[in-house]
Amino acid sequence: MADDLFNSFMTGPDENGRFGDFGGRFVSETLMPLILELQEQYDLAKTDDSFWAEMHDLWTHYVGRPSPLYYADRLTQHLGGAKIYLKRDELNHTGAHKINNVLGQIILARRMGKTRIIAETGAGQHGVATATVCAKFGLKCVVYMGAHDVERQAPNVFRMRLLGAEVVPVTSGRGTLKDAMNDALRDWVTNVRDTFYCIGTVAGPHPYPAMVRDFQSIIGKEVRSQMMEAEGRLPDTVIAAIGGGSNAMGLFYPFLDDQDVSIIGVEAGGKGVNAKMEHCASLTGGRPGVLHGNRTYLLQDDDGQILEGFSISAGLDYPGIGPEHAWLHDIGRAQYVSITDIEALEAFQLSCTLEGIIPALEPSHALAHVMKIAPELPRDHLLCMNMCGRGDKDIFTVAKALKFDMSEGD
Amino acid sequence: MSRIDEKFAQLRSTGTKAFVAYVMAGDPDFDTSLEIVRGLPQAGVDIIELGLPFTDPMADGPTIQLAGQRALEGGMTLSRTLDLARAFRETDQSTPIVLMGYYNPIYSRGVDRFLKDAKEAGIDGLIIVDLPPEEDSELCLPAQAAGLNFIRLATPTTDDKRLPRVMQNTSGFVYYVSITGITGAAEADAGDVAPEVARIQKAGNLPVIVGFGVNTPQKAQAIASVADGVVVGSAIVSQIAQGQSPADVLAFVKTLADGAHRA
Ligand SMILES: Cc1ncc(COP(=O)(O)O)c(C=O)c1O
Repeated sequence: MADDLFNSFMTGPDENGRFGDFGGRFVSETLMPLILELQEQYDLAKTDDSFWAEMHDLWTHYVGRPSPLYYADRLTQHLGGAKIYLKRDELNHTGAHKINNVLGQIILARRMGKTRIIAETGAGQHGVATATVCAKFGLKCVVYMGAHDVERQAPNVFRMRLLGAEVVPVTSGRGTLKDAMNDALRDWVTNVRDTFYCIGTVAGPHPYPAMVRDFQSIIGKEVRSQMMEAEGRLPDTVIAAIGGGSNAMGLFYPFLDDQDVSIIGVEAGGKGVNAKMEHCASLTGGRPGVLHGNRTYLLQDDDGQILEGFSISAGLDYPGIGPEHAWLHDIGRAQYVSITDIEALEAFQLSCTLEGIIPALEPSHALAHVMKIAPELPRDHLLCMNMCGRGDKDIFTVAKALKFDMSEGD
Repeated sequence: MSRIDEKFAQLRSTGTKAFVAYVMAGDPDFDTSLEIVRGLPQAGVDIIELGLPFTDPMADGPTIQLAGQRALEGGMTLSRTLDLARAFRETDQSTPIVLMGYYNPIYSRGVDRFLKDAKEAGIDGLIIVDLPPEEDSELCLPAQAAGLNFIRLATPTTDDKRLPRVMQNTSGFVYYVSITGITGAAEADAGDVAPEVARIQKAGNLPVIVGFGVNTPQKAQAIASVADGVVVGSAIVSQIAQGQSPADVLAFVKTLADGAHRA
């Protein structure tokens, strides 16, 4: 593409909340006025310096930003190819990237005079981040979490309760993230006056996908300047794991117009994308549909009924993907691949033993893809992966998968 | 004039309020569901709202969620839902059927193909919960062009500024959702509903039917008396969930219809 014909990839969404054909506002009439109000208020906030000043102050002193960009030398040597950098968002307060976005939404909620915050959560990281910021500001917090996830992410459930949040186990459907989102939406249509719905990823009706992306973009912005400082140039490849796609969008967005930077999103392949339904790879194994307020790629059957995904990682266990990713996929600006549970577990262990970093299962998926491609890339290839969460929450799941008996000790 | 318009003209001429009954297509199974639907007009139902099962009914409470799950587990699909409507039309040409559900099964089938099939199956109108006016080009406009009514929901959050937009491409009737909430949750109050109905009637020339939170003959009468008609859903679906026979379900429906018609 000639430079003078170059269209920016960073102008979306349009006024109807569309990224190409994806996105939109597919919600019931009860919610529509709320979403329009949110959009209006967000448009005001995002051009207000005092809003960003408050964000940056809290990012610095409460979250611990900027997170380091770390050169993983032993991993690099072990794989024998590309130079691997890890963006250490797992060092954030509460242990994942989720709080970047939560702070933005809660500050906005306070400006809008909302007193009750609701959220959905899968792995529990978004729930913990929301409960944390609500505690800090003295707001009432209700977190919807699939009953199945309540079980497999028990430490995070206890954390949320310690922080004063009410955790509601969701039993509809198969009791995972999609069902939690349904129940959060049902709460919102019921409590329209005082409640703010704090969505944890770049999904949902407009303006959520754009707003959450904007808040998470701090990740990619920091990487740009940190990589310039470390290497004097931009990375060659940026790579991140995708559930709904917020940590990935946050890393990718500031690089969308840098045509030389290749962008890779890693979906959860579960037991393998070919095995029937036992994965969460919406882009590799799904087709466009409408759910949770937006049009995007979805796991669904021939009748348009939504399928429950499958992944060892609760945070990736979502049958959809943010609409901006669906668009980037269709126009070919980003590449999307999938990684199985087994591959992710292997990467999890490698990160522990080579770098002394116990990663969450979500970024372990991204790391597994790094393990696949890094050996084939030249030594001067700069590869930046988002280490978007730490693995404390996952140790029981991993112990079970590795058939390690925690009660035995040594 | 659509079947829905004809029905309202006829009700108006006798000064009767409309009684609308919602059942989930295929709940608990195709044959039982068809038997119930076939009996509805005889039980006093003026308009049938036929639920299209969907895995993720965001605006529905547990009663209708479970009905959808039962239907899906029994093999219900969009095609089978249209089969059910078609089978009903073999013996009834006058009772309007409104299909109520969510967009994805329709989008998945393809809008043009869906509209052709729905029309041919004898569907008269659509209520698609997750298609607000902002998304009219998706289905609302093509549906009207294909001769199907597109019935919009108005809610307590639809303020005066927004109401014209909601009325703009609506036809058949307007469905006023009497509470902020999901189906089967809170109880509607006729005193609160009356001024809202008047506001919506003034904003357009369409009958206003009130639903959500109506569960007894008395409530049906009270609500119908301040509107052009009333919808009952969860209360009927609950009877089906309890395993009542079609005859018993229809007897219950008749008490509700009688209530509404007393208004
Ligand atoms: C550490 C971590 N990474 C990734 C995700 C997936 O979300 P997203 O794709 O929006 O970043 C989660 C979700 O819970 C998470 O906890």
